[in-house]
Amino acid sequence: MNKILKYSLYDLVRSRWMFFYFGFFLLFTLGLFWLSPDISKVAISMMNIILILVPLIATMFGLMYFYNSREFTELLLAQPIPRQHIFLGQYLGVAGSLSLSFLLGMGVPFLLYGLTASSDIGLFLTLLVSGVLLSFIFSGISFYIALKNDNRIRGFGLAILVWLLLAVAYDGFLLLGLAHFSDYPLEKYALGASLFNPIDLSRILILLKLDIAALMGFTGAVFKKFLGSNLGMIISLIVLLFWVLLPLWSIRRASLRKDF
Amino acid sequence: MKTLHIALSALLPLFALFAEANAKTIVVCADCNYCMPGDAIAVAEAGDTILIKPGTYYETNIEVDKALTIIGENFPVIDGQMLDHIITVTADSVSIRGLQVQNVGLSFIEDRAAIRIEKARHFKIIDNKVFNAFFAIYAANSTHGIIKGNEVRGEAVEEMTSGNAIHAWYCTHLDIEDNELYGHRDGIYLEFVHHSRIFGNKSHNNLRYGLHFMFSNDDQYYDNVFRNNGAGVAVMFSKRILMHDNLFINNWGRSSYGLLLKEINDAEIFHNIFDTNTLGIFIEGSNRITYRENDFLRNGWAIKMHGGCTDNHFTHNNFLQNTFDIAAEARGVDNSYDENHWSEYTGYDLDKDGLGDVPFRPVKLFSYLVNQTPESIVLLRSPFVGLLNFSEKASPIFTPTDLMDHTPLMKPFSRDQKIQ
Repeated sequence: MNKILKYSLYDLVRSRWMFFYFGFFLLFTLGLFWLSPDISKVAISMMNIILILVPLIATMFGLMYFYNSREFTELLLAQPIPRQHIFLGQYLGVAGSLSLSFLLGMGVPFLLYGLTASSDIGLFLTLLVSGVLLSFIFSGISFYIALKNDNRIRGFGLAILVWLLLAVAYDGFLLLGLAHFSDYPLEKYALGASLFNPIDLSRILILLKLDIAALMGFTGAVFKKFLGSNLGMIISLIVLLFWVLLPLWSIRRASLRKDF
Repeated sequence: MKTLHIALSALLPLFALFAEANAKTIVVCADCNYCMPGDAIAVAEAGDTILIKPGTYYETNIEVDKALTIIGENFPVIDGQMLDHIITVTADSVSIRGLQVQNVGLSFIEDRAAIRIEKARHFKIIDNKVFNAFFAIYAANSTHGIIKGNEVRGEAVEEMTSGNAIHAWYCTHLDIEDNELYGHRDGIYLEFVHHSRIFGNKSHNNLRYGLHFMFSNDDQYYDNVFRNNGAGVAVMFSKRILMHDNLFINNWGRSSYGLLLKEINDAEIFHNIFDTNTLGIFIEGSNRITYRENDFLRNGWAIKMHGGCTDNHFTHNNFLQNTFDIAAEARGVDNSYDENHWSEYTGYDLDKDGLGDVPFRPVKLFSYLVNQTPESIVLLRSPFVGLLNFSEKASPIFTPTDLMDHTPLMKPFSRDQKIQ
């Protein structure tokens, strides 16, 4: 598996898309720092990018990589290598290179602006960790979808649908639910519901690190009490890791059963 | 009769001169005849001056019951050892200047104060320092006083066990000016205080409010700075208050705000700056108020208006970079928003008269939803909410249709404009 991971990682790191992705984050982050000295504003803009673009690009890139390397995959399948190693290796290659570009693209400006020594380090660690985890989660989901669908159009359609569901529609349903049951105390429900969506969970984890959390009033206090505690931190990390592991496990299952 | 009157009035300055000549200065110091301020006050007569030399005097319950001028040289310390009241003024025309009064203990039975003014007129409390007092300067049933240039530092930890820096109760015609007040429950607390002016004060890092009005009418406060308090200013159950040229900054926290108006009638609020407060102005049950030429910058909510507000008029205000400009629970009666500048405004001005041609709706859909269901604030900054706000802006359905600025200013209103 390591060998396959190594090859796909090398292959991807040298690809022009990865440079583009890295360059985008680098320029974007540098540009933000250059334009605004206000760290919390920079963080909010970055948060929007991390919550929308990172999942979308991870999804698209995972699909593209899987479909494009199909012939290579078939070649590998003919070799005496366990199947799960092939797919897990490729998946880790994609997720790893995406995370690497993201980490370097955002991390280098942080280092340049000396943020690691400042008090905002917690905030920026949260930004980086949630970006990496989202890359892993969404490239995993896209790999699973690609494995299940040989038809590319169908695969892309499904992946976009899943992204749309988690990034946008989920909040709509949550809002509908909240509005419908507004006569009841809903803090815990809202907390539970946002734990189930990795994008919402990342957003709230980041927001709670910002001053703007004060706007969230009583609900925010309930969240802060839960997510600010060690137990809450551990639970939210476990949930995010669960979101990483779920597609991974599905990939393994699907790859073992698939008939090529 | 008339000649007598004239003769008397001619003699009056002479009498004054005589009294002046008769007034003596009593010096208090460790080696003097009077080694405690209380001893000196006991022998002094009205009109005398008591000069307190540098040193530390451990004394409580000093009653100033005649018109004396008490002056401290280089801030002599009067230390209450956390026991009882320190200075109580019960006579008219007392002035206290240049003392450092410190360590007044907490009591749940009486409002112990470092300097207490009781039923006195024409008092002056000027340039003193009051440290670590339960209540620092406390005026009750007094009129025509000046509290000026004092520095009051408390060490309040929680609201229940702390007092106010300047506390006035049933007073009229007070001037509270140029004080610096911090670390208390309220910076300035006024209850049943009328016709008073509060200006030039800096009130910061107090647990509850920087300035707190209760049942006080016809007052004005201006040129003050309220920073980092639990909440900036609370004005409650008061009439005809003028509030202008104040700076409300960084009153940031879960239930914090720059200015709270509760049951206020006929007030005028102008030329203030509200910068980085969770809520700029929180309005409840307040009527006939004009807000003009204020700046609202970087607040969570610039204005939050609860029910029962009529005749609130906003003109020539600047709303810049607030997360929400206005949240109004119910559509109020006769509230108006005209010729304000909104940084969120995206309209155009074809005839170049400086006024936007498209009306601006300051209530966003999300702000409306949060008012209905507070828990939906968990979706703050969610992309979905951005989408929702955008579609509501394109064709408003939920947000109050009559709450809008018909003539928004294209450029921020500048006060120099007004002079022209």
